Amino acid sequence: MEYNYELILVRFGELSTKGKNKKTFIKQLQTNVKTALSGFPKLKYERTIDRLYIELNGENVEEISPILQRVFGIRSFSLAMRVPTDIDSMVEAGYQACMKEVDAGAKTFKVEARRNWKQFELISDQINRRIASYTLTHSNLKVDVHTPDFKLIVEVRQDHTYIMAHTVLGAGGYPVGVGGRAMLMLSGGIDSPVAGYLTMKRGIEIECIHYASPPYTSEQAQNKVKTLAKMLSQYQGKVRLHIVPFTELQLAIYENCDESYAITIMRRMMYRLADRLGHNRNCLAIVNGESVGQVASQTLESMQTINIVTDMPVIRPVVTYDKLEIIDIAKRIDTYETSILPYEDCCTIFTPKNPVTKPNPEKAEKFERKFDYESLMEKALQQTETMVILPKEESKHSDLF
Amino acid sequence: MKYFDYAATTPLDEEILDSYTKLLKNYFANSESMHPMGLEVHDILEQSRLQTASLLRVKPEEIIYTSGASEANTMAVKGVAFAYKQQGMKLITTKIEHSSVLHAFEQLERDFGYQVTYLDVDENGVISLEQLKNAMSKDTILVSVMMVNNEVGTIEPIEEVKKILKEYPACKLHVDCVQAMGKIPVDFTGVDLATMSAHKLHGLKGSGILVKKSNIRLTPLINGGQQELGLRGGTTDACTQIMFAKTLRLALQRQKQAESHIRKLNTFLRDKLSGIEHIVMNSPEDASPYILSFSCTTLPSEPHRNALAAKGFCVSSVSTCGSKSLPGSYVLEAMGKEDDVIHGVIRISLDERITMEDAAEFVEAVKENVKQYGV
Repeated sequence: MEYNYELILVRFGELSTKGKNKKTFIKQLQTNVKTALSGFPKLKYERTIDRLYIELNGENVEEISPILQRVFGIRSFSLAMRVPTDIDSMVEAGYQACMKEVDAGAKTFKVEARRNWKQFELISDQINRRIASYTLTHSNLKVDVHTPDFKLIVEVRQDHTYIMAHTVLGAGGYPVGVGGRAMLMLSGGIDSPVAGYLTMKRGIEIECIHYASPPYTSEQAQNKVKTLAKMLSQYQGKVRLHIVPFTELQLAIYENCDESYAITIMRRMMYRLADRLGHNRNCLAIVNGESVGQVASQTLESMQTINIVTDMPVIRPVVTYDKLEIIDIAKRIDTYETSILPYEDCCTIFTPKNPVTKPNPEKAEKFERKFDYESLMEKALQQTETMVILPKEESKHSDLF
Repeated sequence: MKYFDYAATTPLDEEILDSYTKLLKNYFANSESMHPMGLEVHDILEQSRLQTASLLRVKPEEIIYTSGASEANTMAVKGVAFAYKQQGMKLITTKIEHSSVLHAFEQLERDFGYQVTYLDVDENGVISLEQLKNAMSKDTILVSVMMVNNEVGTIEPIEEVKKILKEYPACKLHVDCVQAMGKIPVDFTGVDLATMSAHKLHGLKGSGILVKKSNIRLTPLINGGQQELGLRGGTTDACTQIMFAKTLRLALQRQKQAESHIRKLNTFLRDKLSGIEHIVMNSPEDASPYILSFSCTTLPSEPHRNALAAKGFCVSSVSTCGSKSLPGSYVLEAMGKEDDVIHGVIRISLDERITMEDAAEFVEAVKENVKQYGV
C-alpha cells in the first residue's frame, strides 16, 4: 500500500502547561489557524487535547507552511503520514517516508519512535529496530545516531500512528487574542514593529497609532508605516491602524517650549493621544519600542517624565535590548528592510541640538501651560484616520498583473 | 501563413497588450523619481517583482529585470566570472548553449584569460556528466548548462549537475531556462543564476529576467545609477518590465492547460514525419514536446524552408539567433550527426494555437517537398 503525506500535525506551544485556561487557548489557536489559512478552503481540521491535525485534501503544503510559521501558540509542526497502529504498517510507511528523503538527497537517518499509547505491544526501541532494519536492507541509507540527515519520527497513538521526517519550528508564544488588547505606538523605525511582534507573541492583540506631520513627513513615510502594519497583521489576521495628524501640535510645541524640552513634550503629547485613543478602543495598555539609554528621551528620568501623563501600563518589550538584538529580530520578522528606508519621520525633523537628558515633570508642565494643547489634541483625534490593514491587500493595480 | 516557430518568438497575448497600453498611456514617469507619479510607477514595478518572485519561489530581491535573455545570460556569465576571479579562473559550459552564453564564454577565454571547458553531448544532445565530474576542480567558479536546448529540445540533466556541484560549494551554477520556463517544471533550488525571456511566453520583446540568488555577487556590466540593485544602470523601462509578472502568471496557467494538446501534436508530427522517406528525427523522444527538430537528408535546409514558406509555413532551420552567421547547426554537429543531417535540418516549435489540422497539413507539405525537390 502506498502512503502519502496527507496531513499536518501541529504541536501546541507553552499552552500545553496551562491547566484551566487550556481549552480557551486551544480554541483561540484553532480560530487563529483557520483565519490565517482561510485562503485554503479544502483543509479539514481535527483537534485533540494536545494536537491539531490539518488534513490537506490536496492543498499545497509549501504555501501553507510559511503562514503557519507565523501563528503564535504553535511550538512546531510536521508533515505527517497517518497509518494504522500496527507494526507492519509502520514499517511499510516508515520505509516509504525514508525513500522520499533519499530522493531529496539524504544518505543517513535515525528512527525515533515514541509511544503516546503505552499499551502498544512493542516498546519504542523495538519499533526503531524493526523500521531501521527493514529500511537498511532495502536501500542504501545508513544509520547515523548523532547527526543524521533526517530523523524519522514515529508517534504511536491508539487510533493512528503518525510518521514524520521533518519538524518545522513554529513561532511559539500564546495565541493572539487570549491576552486582551493594547495600543502600539508605531513609528516606522526598527524598534516599534519588533515591540509589536513581541507583544502579540504573548497573546495580546494590538492596534497601531502613528503620528504624521505632513509636510514635514512624506507620503512615503506613511506608506512605510502601512507596510509595517501589514507585516504585523500577518500574526493576528488583521490590524487596525490609526493615523493621527500631529503637525499642529508639533508646531505649537516648537513655538512655546524651550528647545531642550521639545522632545520630552512631544513624547508626552504622543502618550496622551495613545492613552485617549486606547481608552476609546478598549485597550488595556500602551506598547512602544523604547529602550533605555539609546537617545536622550530614553533615560529613566525622561521615561518617568513622559510616562507620568498616562495611567495605562506601558509595555516596552525591547526596553533592555541592545540595538543589535532588536535588529536581529527585525530581520527575522522581515520588518528590517522596510524600517531602514530613509524617509524623515517627525522625530528627526524637530530634533533639538541639546535635548535635556534629565527632564522633570514640573518643568514640562510649566512649558505646557503656555499653550492650549487640549484643544489641539481634541482636533487631532477628531481628524484621525483609521484603517483596517490585512495581510494580503488587493492592489488597485491588480489588473496589471 | 501558418506559424510553426514559437521557440523563436510568440505573438503578444491580448491581455498583455491591454495592460501594456494602459501602462504606456498613464505611467510614463521615471520610476526613480521621488514625486508621487514616479513613486507610483516604482510601486507598481515592485509589485510586479513581488509576484514574479512568488511565482518562481524566490525572493523579490533575487529578480533582476533585463532587456531579455541574451542580456541576462551575458550578465550572469561575465558578472560571475569577473566577481569571483580571485577564487579561480576555470569555467565550464556546454557545446550546445545559446549563442549569448557561448559567445560570452568565448570572449572570457579569448580576451580575459579564463580557461573554459565546453562539455560534449551524446547523440541525443545530453551533456556528459562524466566529463563534467572530471573537469570540476577547486578553482572552477562557474558551470553554465541550459535546461532545454533551443534547437532540438533536449532536456539536460540539471538535477544530476546539481548533485555533482554539491561537492564544490564555491562553484556557481547558471541555468538558461528560456525554453524551459512555462513549458516544463523548473525548480530553482540549488540554482544560483537563471535566465528567462518574456517574448517566448507571449509577452513583450525587450523583456527578460535574471534570477540571482541573494548570496551571489555580480560585477555589473552596465554602470549607472541605483536601478536593479546597481547591477544595471539606465532609466528603467518600467512599463515593459512591469508586464513580466502577468506574462509569467499567464504562461504558467497555460502550461497546465496546453500540456496534453502539445503532447498530442508532438506525437502526431513525430509519428507522421518519421514515416516519410529520407526524414530523420533529431529531437530525442524525451525532449521538450514544444520543440521538434528533423532533417531531410535529400533536401538542404534553405530550399526546404523556402518551399515550406511558399506553402504558407513559417519554420526555422537552425536557432534563429545564429541563423545568419553559421554555416550549419553547431548543436547537431556536437551531437555527432552526419553532414546531410546537419544541412537538412528543420526546426518546428509548437504552441496551443496550432491545431491538429494545421499539423496534418504541415506533414503533407513536407511529404510533397521531399518528393518534389529531394535530390
